[in-house]
Amino acid sequence: MGSHHDTVGARTGMWLFLYTEIMLFGGLFVLYSAYYRMHAQAFISTGQELDTVLGSVNTVILLVSSFLVAAAITAVQRSQTKGAMALLTGAVLLGMVFLANKYLEWGHKFHLGIYPGSPGLEDSPPGRIVFYGLYYTITGLHALHIVMGMVLLIVCIAMIGFGRIQKERFLLLENCGLYWHLVDLIWIFIFPLFYLIL
Amino acid sequence: MIPRPWAVSTERNRAIPMGETMSNAVTSFYDTPFPARFRGVWSWLFTLDHKRIALLYLGAATFWFIIAVVLGFLVRMELMTPGRTIMGAETYNAAFTLHGVIMIFLFVIPAMPAIFGNFLLPIQIGTDDVFFPKLNLLSWYLYMLGGALAIVSLFADGPPDTGWTFYVPFSVSTQTNVGLTLTAAFILGLSSMLTGLNFITTVHRMRVPGMGWLQIPLFTWSLYATAWVQLLATPVLSITLLLVVFERVFGTGLFDPARGGDPVLYQHLFWMYSHPAVYIMILPGMGVISEIIPVFSRKSIFGYKAIVGSSIGIATAGSLVWAHHMFTSGMSDVAVFVFSFLTFIVAVPSAIKVFSWVSTMYKGSILMTPPLFFALCFIYLFSVGGLTGLVLGAAGPNIQVHDTHFVVAHFHFVMFGGTGFSFFAGLHFWWPKMFGRMYHFKRAYLSAILIVTGFMLHYVPMFILGLQGMPRRYYDYLEQFAPGNFFAGLGALIMVPGLFLMVINLMVSLKQPVDAPADPWGGTTLEWSVPSPPPLHNFIERPRPGKYPYDFSRVRTP
Amino acid sequence: MDPHIQSYKKLGGVLGVLLVLTAVTVGVSRLDLGSLSLGVAMVIAGTKSALVLLFFMHLKYESWLIRGSFLMTIGVLALFIGFMFWDVGFR
Repeated sequence: MGSHHDTVGARTGMWLFLYTEIMLFGGLFVLYSAYYRMHAQAFISTGQELDTVLGSVNTVILLVSSFLVAAAITAVQRSQTKGAMALLTGAVLLGMVFLANKYLEWGHKFHLGIYPGSPGLEDSPPGRIVFYGLYYTITGLHALHIVMGMVLLIVCIAMIGFGRIQKERFLLLENCGLYWHLVDLIWIFIFPLFYLIL
Repeated sequence: MIPRPWAVSTERNRAIPMGETMSNAVTSFYDTPFPARFRGVWSWLFTLDHKRIALLYLGAATFWFIIAVVLGFLVRMELMTPGRTIMGAETYNAAFTLHGVIMIFLFVIPAMPAIFGNFLLPIQIGTDDVFFPKLNLLSWYLYMLGGALAIVSLFADGPPDTGWTFYVPFSVSTQTNVGLTLTAAFILGLSSMLTGLNFITTVHRMRVPGMGWLQIPLFTWSLYATAWVQLLATPVLSITLLLVVFERVFGTGLFDPARGGDPVLYQHLFWMYSHPAVYIMILPGMGVISEIIPVFSRKSIFGYKAIVGSSIGIATAGSLVWAHHMFTSGMSDVAVFVFSFLTFIVAVPSAIKVFSWVSTMYKGSILMTPPLFFALCFIYLFSVGGLTGLVLGAAGPNIQVHDTHFVVAHFHFVMFGGTGFSFFAGLHFWWPKMFGRMYHFKRAYLSAILIVTGFMLHYVPMFILGLQGMPRRYYDYLEQFAPGNFFAGLGALIMVPGLFLMVINLMVSLKQPVDAPADPWGGTTLEWSVPSPPPLHNFIERPRPGKYPYDFSRVRTP
Repeated sequence: MDPHIQSYKKLGGVLGVLLVLTAVTVGVSRLDLGSLSLGVAMVIAGTKSALVLLFFMHLKYESWLIRGSFLMTIGVLALFIGFMFWDVGFR
């Protein structure tokens, strides 16, 4: 039917989808803002328990990977197929490093006995429990989105390889890229809210 | 002898080449599978045709509607006399929870956009399908999956007993299978969101050239405003339900006061979606009424721009009043004051619509038909529902009637008297368009009269019971509430047969030959310019939208 | 198709600014700004996200529909949070 070549419309649809993602995480930020108001001191003292270096490294990783995806679109527009695939591969690899860091971070916390419902956490002041509740929920949901974004990027790499994404036809790459950038965008807010409230 | 109102033929029918004579010559979408390679039942299960998808929704939604009606009926029968009447307390809790969950998430929210919207939105804006046909089919499958999960949740660990609001802490601590019901609601929300996404893109990108924003029919306008609410509010519900699931599975403690959480925040998040959701439910219904009233008044709609503006106004203001559900939950007094004030503001755009409909009829040439009859019932019942909403929105009276049967009556006046009746009106209005057949008029009137009589007897006593202080959702009650509950049960005994008569009457019409003309009522929007039922790509030649969608100057009544 | 092609140089420049801002926000968090620190962090995060949106996500080149509706989404979220504070802020 008449819509198949309307890339503006298809991109509009993707943006609309991104709004739903923004509101999904938005609900969590609603909770964060209310609990920050209620437990400001506990949030600040608990935030210091998180590893700022690891958080900063992950921020840099996501920013660079976002750059790689944006550059991949430029590469496709210039018909540099190999370059585009290399850039996207780099972005996926960075996503993996991000998840590895997350695994280390969560693993360390679990090792210390800090996880939802753990005896170590249950004895701490209420603000600390809520902080970690939000921390695990938000970063967990975010990590899930990283995984989905990586799958999308891998699909794009394959499609470039098959010649299905090319100079005049890169809508799929644009839309997957938008998704990846959004995941980055959400992390830009998670980072200061959890790692930098000192 | 079946009355045939389309003997009231219109100039327009004859003037337009795709009128009565054409409708038999054109192959309808029923005989043209899309994609063409599928046959039989597969041509429905894999269809990308928006009209077939609409009918798939119609079938499923009717099924859920009947189930939920029966459940509600059983609840009322149980309450008809004090003490145990027909079921135990556990069953009663499950029955009212399921009545609410099924009605809200499987019928009222999806029905109007997914059935009428899918069928008519593309036709009203003069195009051949929605923008993302595959996504449209996916939405239907998500809807079915959500419904299936809702059924499964009945049998695993016992049916959920939280009410449709899933309030913490009970929803976290109850041993029944709430987790699965929450997942079902999550998936149904996703389906609703994707439908909204599809409609927004369609309205922006696929209007026929020549149709500007102020030439869009009002039903499509209302769907467009609704779609934005679906898109922006539903994710908040999704995350809220997910949080309750996390709470049950991992014990994150985000809503547990003992661990620093705050259950009132659950209510904030829940109503941030669920209050806008009642506008998802009612706005398309208002759109249906805005289509029906001018057609049967043979008069251009009064205040087209005001109605468009009020749709947007309701969508906007309606998103900012959620906390009026929480006046007795321990919110700050400032919040009670502010949200009470905001609630009164929402009444303004709703009233603009009611006044516009009534003004449309003033000095019109009114032709009584079943759709108009249902529409008139809507205006009355919705007005009562809306005005009692102000009683609830006012902070003082709210304390008295909060969580009493007054709320139940108000809610059903708006959702059943409003959305329900506009759905019935739309069903009778577009039935000939969807199926190419006209139904029996006298039976339709009879069913409408039974429903509306039963309705009044059913819900008016609940207002009184609420003012007397009878709480909602209670299994048993004091002796002094017995008469009201008895009358309410009596009302149900009249209303439910009426509903079944209506459904049967429509079903029976399907046995007739396909002989409805393109424009049985004398409508002016584009869907009446195509054959009934429409061909696969809706239009035989490129539609030419008029300067104004409600120009009746060419429609004649003998 | 999009007529605009963003050069690697420009994208690299944007990345550079983003990295600098990340360093700034980490640095600022070490200072004792009291109640201001959250606000400053949010302003920097907002700037960073604006850069990602405008350049990486091509929002700068999109139609009024996408730009307007994006702002509306953010506005709705802000109103949700803001209006909730009628309750949370006055308990």
